[in-house]
Amino acid sequence: MKSLAISAAVLALAATGAMAQDVVRMGTEGAYPPYNFINDDGEVDGFERELGDELCARAELTCEWVTNEWDSIIPNLTSGNYDTIIAGMSITDERDEIIDFTQNYIPPASSLFMALSEDADLEGGVIAAQTNTIQAGYIAETGATLIEYATPDETVAAVRNGEADAVFADGDYLLPIANENEDLMIVGEPVQLGGGVGMGLRETDTELRDAFDAAITSMKEDGTLNEMITRWFGPEAATYE
Amino acid sequence: MFAFCEDPSALEGARWFACYLTNGVHFKFYQSFLVVLLLLAVTAPTALAFGFAAASATRSRIPPVRWFGNIYTAMVRGIPDIAFFLFFVIVLDQGIEYLRHNIVCPDWTDPIRQGANFIVCPAARTPQSSSPQFVHEAYNFALAVFTYAIVFGAFCANVLIGAMRAVPRAQMETAEAYGMTRRQAFWRILVPQMWVYALPGLSNVWMILIKATPLLFLLGIEDIVYWARELGGSRTSQYAYPHPDWRLWYFLGLLVFYLAFTRVSEIVLARLTRRLSHGQATAAGEQARRAA
Repeated sequence: MKSLAISAAVLALAATGAMAQDVVRMGTEGAYPPYNFINDDGEVDGFERELGDELCARAELTCEWVTNEWDSIIPNLTSGNYDTIIAGMSITDERDEIIDFTQNYIPPASSLFMALSEDADLEGGVIAAQTNTIQAGYIAETGATLIEYATPDETVAAVRNGEADAVFADGDYLLPIANENEDLMIVGEPVQLGGGVGMGLRETDTELRDAFDAAITSMKEDGTLNEMITRWFGPEAATYE
Repeated sequence: MFAFCEDPSALEGARWFACYLTNGVHFKFYQSFLVVLLLLAVTAPTALAFGFAAASATRSRIPPVRWFGNIYTAMVRGIPDIAFFLFFVIVLDQGIEYLRHNIVCPDWTDPIRQGANFIVCPAARTPQSSSPQFVHEAYNFALAVFTYAIVFGAFCANVLIGAMRAVPRAQMETAEAYGMTRRQAFWRILVPQMWVYALPGLSNVWMILIKATPLLFLLGIEDIVYWARELGGSRTSQYAYPHPDWRLWYFLGLLVFYLAFTRVSEIVLARLTRRLSHGQATAAGEQARRAA
């Protein structure tokens, strides 16, 4: 009788464990085109949406997309609101202490400055960056004055309003904006930061991480990942060898 | 929406706007107005009920009940709304998970607090991570409504305590002289008469509640402020309807919405006051009698 009760309990546990993996909740910001954004139909769209759906298909997982403010995206992962972060997040040592990362799915790319004029003061001026990004961390270490904003869009607006001399962000985010707006231009030298972009997971979810890691490897090997990067970020974007 | 919206890049002028304002994201924006109205529709009666319970508690003869009423009103009144909101939603969420954790999986041995993580057993996760997104949103919304009700319940309680004191003492004495018990006098004499004294204060709380609805944004709920900022932000040609930074116009729209909403509330509340004052021994009631 006792063993029956135990096996029932084990079964129930196994069932809930399987349930938790049945739907993987993919957390993203939804405000960082072309990485991820909310499209005109109100759905999550962008490079990471397509990539995430493909990874889930390869790992045979059912995935669901949720958006979360960038500010609290790591705390809400650790507290279990969703199971992964797939939001253009660069792999850094500081983040790696709190959460786990898959291998990168975008190779280390350069961060750029964008300003209203060529002679913007990048060394001693005011530079806008998004809160909790590697770019904000980098500016804080230089002689420039850093002002942080909650969303990427606000950092660009700050340059337009004259609150900041330049904005410092991922090149892939700034380039389309600079190309489409005559008043904005890329200035200064590109800076290499971080270890590429990867998916963030809770440190306890090693199985899920391995599943995504394997799926990323298979996409790198058959060339679909490179094709996807070129399609979303343009032919100049860095790809895998 | 319209047939001519199929190729947004070919549109111009009024047609472009007609399509732009009826695309999927804008419908989400319009829906979020309903979320705000729903919040008000649920919060207002709940807060009034909390306030009434707390106001009655402060009049209780049993000391612990009275203390509870006094502490509740004093505490919530003295803490800034935003601090209380941010604090209480986390407390409520973790409290629910902690309780369920102890009930559902008592054999769990790992600590719940592991550094920054708050990890309960999967079966105690609220809501379950396998439940659809809708459930997650509804749960967050319910937490927010409950927090609003607690904060605004305290404001209502203050108003109702004052209103109960404003009912002429002679009315209660007469009730006692007729042999009514304390309870009877409270429900039959005090409560029906206090509303007219409470109404100006409650109208004020209602206005403050309307103006506090954008706090939903702070709690991570996709309300009208969230969508105004999201839709107003500049959009590159990655989107079907690219446009520059239009946040100014979207926020202006919100101002107009709130101004119109509070104005309508004022008119309705003024009418209600006139109605309730009828035949009352108050200045407004006397005025109505003379005018008739």
